[in-house]
Parts: sequence; structure tokens; C-alpha cells
Amino acid sequence: MRLYASCVYIFLYFPIGIIVLFSFNAGRHASQLQGFSTQWYGKALSNPFVMDALQTSLLVAFTSALLASLFGTMAAVALQGIKGPVRTVFDMLIYVAVMIPGIVIGIATLIGLVTVFDQLNPVLASIWPGDGTPPKLNMGLGSLVAAHTMFLMALVIIIVRARLSGMDRALTEASSDLYATPFGTFRQVTLPLIFPAVLAGFLLSFTFSFDDFIIAFFVAGSETTLPIYVFSSIRRGVTPEINAIGTMVLAVSLVMLVAAQILLRRGEKKSK
Amino acid sequence: MTQRARNWLLLAPAGTWFLVMLLLPLTVVLVFSFGERAPAGGVVPAFTLEQYANLPARWTAFKNTMTLAPIGTLASLLIAYPLAYFLAVKADPKWKTILLVLVIVPFWTSILIRSYAWIFILGGRGLPALLDWVGIEGVRLINTPFAVLVGIIYGYLPLMVFPIFVSLDRLDKRLLEASSDLGAKPWATFLQITLPLSIPGIATGCMLVFILLMGEFLIPALLGGGKVFFVGNALVDLFLQSRNWAYGSAVAVTLVLVMLITVTIYMRLINRLGASREDVSIM
Repeated sequence: MRLYASCVYIFLYFPIGIIVLFSFNAGRHASQLQGFSTQWYGKALSNPFVMDALQTSLLVAFTSALLASLFGTMAAVALQGIKGPVRTVFDMLIYVAVMIPGIVIGIATLIGLVTVFDQLNPVLASIWPGDGTPPKLNMGLGSLVAAHTMFLMALVIIIVRARLSGMDRALTEASSDLYATPFGTFRQVTLPLIFPAVLAGFLLSFTFSFDDFIIAFFVAGSETTLPIYVFSSIRRGVTPEINAIGTMVLAVSLVMLVAAQILLRRGEKKSK
Repeated sequence: MTQRARNWLLLAPAGTWFLVMLLLPLTVVLVFSFGERAPAGGVVPAFTLEQYANLPARWTAFKNTMTLAPIGTLASLLIAYPLAYFLAVKADPKWKTILLVLVIVPFWTSILIRSYAWIFILGGRGLPALLDWVGIEGVRLINTPFAVLVGIIYGYLPLMVFPIFVSLDRLDKRLLEASSDLGAKPWATFLQITLPLSIPGIATGCMLVFILLMGEFLIPALLGGGKVFFVGNALVDLFLQSRNWAYGSAVAVTLVLVMLITVTIYMRLINRLGASREDVSIM
């Protein structure tokens, strides 16, 4: 039994280990190790395409995680206090957002937004004052952030609601009995208790957005995120540079994950 | 401000976002799937079932998805179950949490990078070269259904282990003791107590993995090399290469429908199994 478990762990970590190992390989070829070197990291980090893609990815991940945590938390707090059709509708929306395959979300966003933009652009051009060229709505950073935020909001609502339902209701009741305003109660009681969950939601959202390929592939327009860059370079052939980028991407997710775990744990202890 | 008004205000941004970025796009897909292809690449509004009548043209993609997704799910289950059992029942409690976290961590890291690792391992200079060296020649692994299957199992194993672990961890260990005290062989205890009580976990795990597999694109794209392709790959081709939005929408709608129908039938079956499980837990 223990032997079997070890085998599964090796299966899970061997491929990751291989990537990390070969990212430090001095040689060009995948087949043989030729000594330690960090040259591929240097090469990746001085490649303007990589740095550009990295910048785009970080910007998109940060913005959409921030928006999703803000709006998701707001919705989760409101949903806690209501019942009836509004709640049912939101439950359904969250369910649909999570259930529909990412690829279908990507496609739908692409053709939905392009259709809307095609209608709006002539209108925008006609009402644009002055002689300058009117702004043109296009697929790009905005659509990518909007699409990620939609999906991540569902994720944040799920995480924060789990935290809220585990919270002792007596605390908020006590606070309002002691004449705290609703906002005062929220700021001084609810928010400190759910904050670790909100932050964990932010970090998981960031990781998801940073790693997402399929939605970005459809809605990023002419922008290139890091996963899109990696995907297209893999198509052109396996190079040691991708190993270095891959290792860095894995490291980013790992740091975020560990932080999220610690926060969720601490939050659980605090409310007990 | 009344509580009602406050709740509306709090829900407004999320509600608007879901409306514009989820419901509107999905409606457009549904409408387009009944449309006709415009010469320029867009869609002419219409009400025709032509696109759906054309679905057999992409039959191979559906066939591959509907064979490899269930096989992949089953294979993940068979590999995940013993591990989940080990973690929940046999593992040292001191190490349990860290071992569980070690299973889940890969799932939250880039599936792109993790699938790429297998190109490296299964590709010509990896495992086949090693096999060549020990005397087994001419083995091709990359761009085969086997490679895609390995990628699937590797990608989704954590998602299968976790729910099964949870259901086994909750299981009252006294039941197992009682069973062996009453003279049941370990296998009999497993088949009559452990396995039936872990069915909810198995059901959840299989459903999660199956749903994600239905929409898979990356694993077949990277490890199937255009020879083993899923509906997801057909969708990318239809929307980004041939730009046939009307037909692509019909394929997407069909994919979601097939997924919903399969999951519904599956849930029915599980509920029926769950009903018979009650008898066991009462015993």
C-alpha cells in the first residue's frame, strides 16, 4: 500500500522534476544533462516577447483577481442575507459559470463581444465629437480581464460563502444589539472574519488567471499572455528556454497556493 | 438605506457582470447555432437546423471525446482510489495533511506546463530512446491515444483523489472494526462496507473529471499531435482557423447538451446506487 502511494507520488512529481532539472541544463539537447547552468533563465528573461507576455499575464491576473474579489465578496455578503428568487438566480448563474467548459466560455465571449462591438462601433463613430478618429472597441486586454473576472467571481463567491456560513451568527447579532450600524458591524466583525477567505480567493483567482490558456486563447485578441506564448513556442519545438519559463510559472503558482492555504487555515482557527 | 436596497447595491456589479459576460455570450452562441454562415465569415441570422444536420462531419471528434473521456475517468478512478484509501485509512495521521496537500498542489499549477512535461518524456528523445537503449526498438508514444490518456490521468488525478479521500475520511472506522470482529475477511469488509460508503466520493470525483474532460483542448492538442483530437480541438479549428461561427456554435451547443444529458443520466444511476447503499449502512 505504501509502495503504491509512493509510486503515485513519483508519477505526480517526476514530470515536474524533469522540467525543473532540464531548465538548469547547460546543454542544448533534452536528451543529456551537461552540467549546471542558469543560461536559459537569462535567455528567457532577456527575450522581449517573453517579458511582454509576462507583463500582460501579471497585469490581467492582478486586475481580474482584484475585481473578482471585490465584486464576488460583495455578492457573497448580500447573498448570505437573502432568500427567494434572487438567491436562486445567483446560485444558478454561479453553477452555470463553473459547469460550462472553459472552451465554451471562451468561444461565447469571443463571438458575443465581437457581435456587440460590431453594433456599437458605428454608433460610437457617429456620436464621436471632433475630427479625431473615434475609439474602436476591440478584443484585447479589456475583454480578457472581463472574461476572467466573470469566471473568478463565481469562484470567490463560493469560497467566501463557505466562510460566511461557517461564521457564528451570534457575533453579528451581538454587534447590532450593541447599536453598531450595519456598516460598522460589517467593518469590525464580518470583514475581519472573512478577510482570510477573501485574500485566499484573490490568490487562487490570480493563480487561475495567470495559468489560464483556453479562455485567453479566444478572447485576448492580438495580446499575448505567457501561456499563449508558451503554447505557440511548444508548437515550434521543445527548447530549454520553455523549461526555464515553465519552472518560473510553476514557482509563481506554488507561492500563491502556499499563501492561500495558510490564510484559509488561519481563518478557520480564528472563527472557532 | 434599507437592507433591501443595500443588498441590491451589493449584488449589482456581480449581477451585471454575469449578465453581460455569461448570459449574453451564451445566448449569442445559441442564436448563432441556428444561423447561416455569412460569406465574410460572420453569421447571417436565420432559423435553420442546417448546422445541426452537418454535425456528422465532426463525428470523429465526438467519438474520440466520448470514448477517451470515460476511459480517462475510469483509469483515473482506478489509480486514485487506492491512494485515497491509503491517505484516509492507512496513513500516519501526522503526515496525512501534508500528503493530501502534495496530491492537490499539481492540480493548481499550470496544466499547460504539466502536459508539456509529457511531450518531453514521451517524445523521441525521452522514454522511447530509453526503451531503444534496453533493446525495445521503434516504440512510438507521443501523438497516440496512449499519450493523451497518460496526459489525462496525470492532469486530473488530483481532482479524483480529493473527493474520494473526503468520503473515506468521514467513514466511521468502528464499522471496519465491527466487521472484522464479526469475522469478515478484509476483502469482504472492503466490498460490503468501505466501497459502498465511498460511493458519494467516487460519484463526485468521476463527475468533476468527466465534465472537465468533455471540454478538454490542451492535452489532445499537445500529446495527440492532431491525430487524436477532441471536440475542443474541433472548436478551436472552427472558430480560430476556418472561422465558421454558425457551425462552430452548433458544435458547442451540442457539446454542452451531450455533457448535460450524460451527467443527468449518471446522477440518476448514482442516486439509485445510493438508495441501495442505505440498506448497507442500516445493517
